[in-house]
Amino acid sequence: MDKELTKHDKKIISYPKMNLVGSSDADSKIKRNPGIEFNIDRISNITVNRSAVERRCAGYAVRRSIKKQQQAAWLLKAISLIDLTTLSGDDTESRVKRLCGKSKRPLSAQLIKSLGIESLNLSVAAVCVYHDMLKTAHQALKDSKIKLAAVSTGFPAGLSPLPLRLQEIEYSVASGADEIDIVISRRHVLEGKWKELYEEVKSFRDSCGEAHMKTILATGEIGNLSNIAKASQICMMAGADFIKTSTGKEPVNATLPVSLVMARMIRSYYEETGYSIGFKAAGGISDSKTALTYMTMIKEELGRRWLESDLFRFGASSLLGDIERQLDHFASGYYSASYRHPLT
Amino acid sequence: MTLIESFEKLDYSDALESSKEAQTWLDSYGRRFGQFINGKFESKSNADLIASLNPSNGDLLANIEVASPDQLKKAITAARKALPAWQAMGGHGRAKVLYALTRLLQKHTRLVSVLETLDNGKPIRESRDIDIPLAIRHFYHHAGWAQIQEREFSEYKAIGVVAQIVPWNFPLLMLSWKIAPAIAMGNTLVFKPAEQTPITAMFFAHLCEQAGVPDGVINIVNGAGATGAALAAHEGIDKVAFTGSTSVGRAIRRATAGQNKKLTLELGGKSAFVVFEDADLDAAVEGLVDSIWFNQGEVCCAGSRLLVQAQIADKLHTKLKKRMQTLRQGTPLNKSVDIGSLVSQTQYQRVDELVQNGLEHGG
Repeated sequence: MDKELTKHDKKIISYPKMNLVGSSDADSKIKRNPGIEFNIDRISNITVNRSAVERRCAGYAVRRSIKKQQQAAWLLKAISLIDLTTLSGDDTESRVKRLCGKSKRPLSAQLIKSLGIESLNLSVAAVCVYHDMLKTAHQALKDSKIKLAAVSTGFPAGLSPLPLRLQEIEYSVASGADEIDIVISRRHVLEGKWKELYEEVKSFRDSCGEAHMKTILATGEIGNLSNIAKASQICMMAGADFIKTSTGKEPVNATLPVSLVMARMIRSYYEETGYSIGFKAAGGISDSKTALTYMTMIKEELGRRWLESDLFRFGASSLLGDIERQLDHFASGYYSASYRHPLT
Repeated sequence: MTLIESFEKLDYSDALESSKEAQTWLDSYGRRFGQFINGKFESKSNADLIASLNPSNGDLLANIEVASPDQLKKAITAARKALPAWQAMGGHGRAKVLYALTRLLQKHTRLVSVLETLDNGKPIRESRDIDIPLAIRHFYHHAGWAQIQEREFSEYKAIGVVAQIVPWNFPLLMLSWKIAPAIAMGNTLVFKPAEQTPITAMFFAHLCEQAGVPDGVINIVNGAGATGAALAAHEGIDKVAFTGSTSVGRAIRRATAGQNKKLTLELGGKSAFVVFEDADLDAAVEGLVDSIWFNQGEVCCAGSRLLVQAQIADKLHTKLKKRMQTLRQGTPLNKSVDIGSLVSQTQYQRVDELVQNGLEHGG
């Protein structure tokens, strides 16, 4: 890409400045969504044209170019949007401690120095664990601005008794969780029981209290894009702070078409109510290029303001390692083997 | 800009395609092109010149000589003379030539894409991903048909000498639509590109020299409307194929009346984009964006009339206005732009007048 510019190219670089929606203004604080009354009319007319969605998705990566310094900047931003996650049956305290350590220092000191970004104090957005690991993580993250998130409500299937699911939230909040990732009952979506879904999510929100609630739609298990759009609206009506694609445990997790549909629902909710809802893409986003495509989509559909950690997250574990390698390449001009970087 | 500033802004990169190779190629012809007749470029020192400009910055790409009546006649005579041998080559022989031409075009894809963007003002992404690959596919497609022509089209015969006149919105793609099928079938031709966008046709002529196209089979002449009119009305022509405006199409129909010429006209339209209330409105907006701003809207079937069911009109208009803010305009060589330059200053003024006119009428 490093092409020498001829005089013809140079002459035309100064074209009129774009008037992009929602530029920067990153510090403005968002109003928390209190939820609104259940209103079936808000979803009854929703239809999603799948081929149009796919066509739009095919465009982001080829229509917008993010190279060199811009790429490094976007990747640094991507790091600040990560919910660094471990959700395995074999999680141990030491693994969670290591993850928390990594979350505070996502890049090696040497790399930060050579990029000249000491002043950014870069860290990931949050660490996301099961309830049992909260205590360890809470301990490891004290004195940091990193949020602590717990998956809850019978994650990943969400089929334990409702009182237990509500209690689980309360337990996690009491153990220091700032954010609760809940799972919805997929059957309510598949059976079209929208009122039941609304009540369920609303009760989760009540249990969350001050903790922010991310609602996992499990998009790989609720059928088609129209269902995903409707479920997104119901969750936002019921008071979700974030809507999240998947648990990472479904056969198909985050995809760009699904994410586009959810982003468009966030946009229409914002236009109609004035509340900004966050979006979390989780599962399957493991390389820098994919992450950049998601960020491009968000910037195009929702604007620059949405690329801040209070409105956008990647739920990921291996993504950070790949970003680190790309940044290392930007700084040094060479690709390093993955084993040269710390475990995530 | 520092890395930290970039981090705050999160702008896209200006991914500029270099035009260096294209400029060098233009320089190698002294930025002046004559007519391509009987397998050779021929230049007249006293010819009238038309300047072919880069619409994005007004730079001169090349001066184009207007074909004189003598040159037109010479081109048509050359095409007539080449006809018997070209037909005698048979489908298989012609396929060889077509394949050679296509491979050369394919080999120079990037250069041709840049030339097209420089000349027409369309974003490099569109010439690189759409115009040029499609043109190449057309040539391959018709090379394939030529190869099996005796078997598949045994009852069809070539017409003879064809005059082909195309507009400026898809210069090389239009050229491929016209030239590939005509020569595959065994016709010979005189082709005239639009005076605003002759550069890729000149490059194509340059490839014809290398591909072993027999002399006189493909002739390319330059000029504006008057040249086109003289070519279409010329008695040495068996068929006229024209793509362009309705008014010129009518004029050609009148000029060729009673001449016993075959005629193909592909003229302009005002296509409607219809949205009903049960549509996915976000999808409709994207469809509309593709429909009206692809190639700066310089498409004969661009969705230039938007018809919306009344209940959803406000909602759709709001969405559309918002979407328009994220369309990126800029230098066509930047891969991150959606809208490049209109083809010429004249066209810009025309569009501007239409917009003003619309506003005056309450738009």
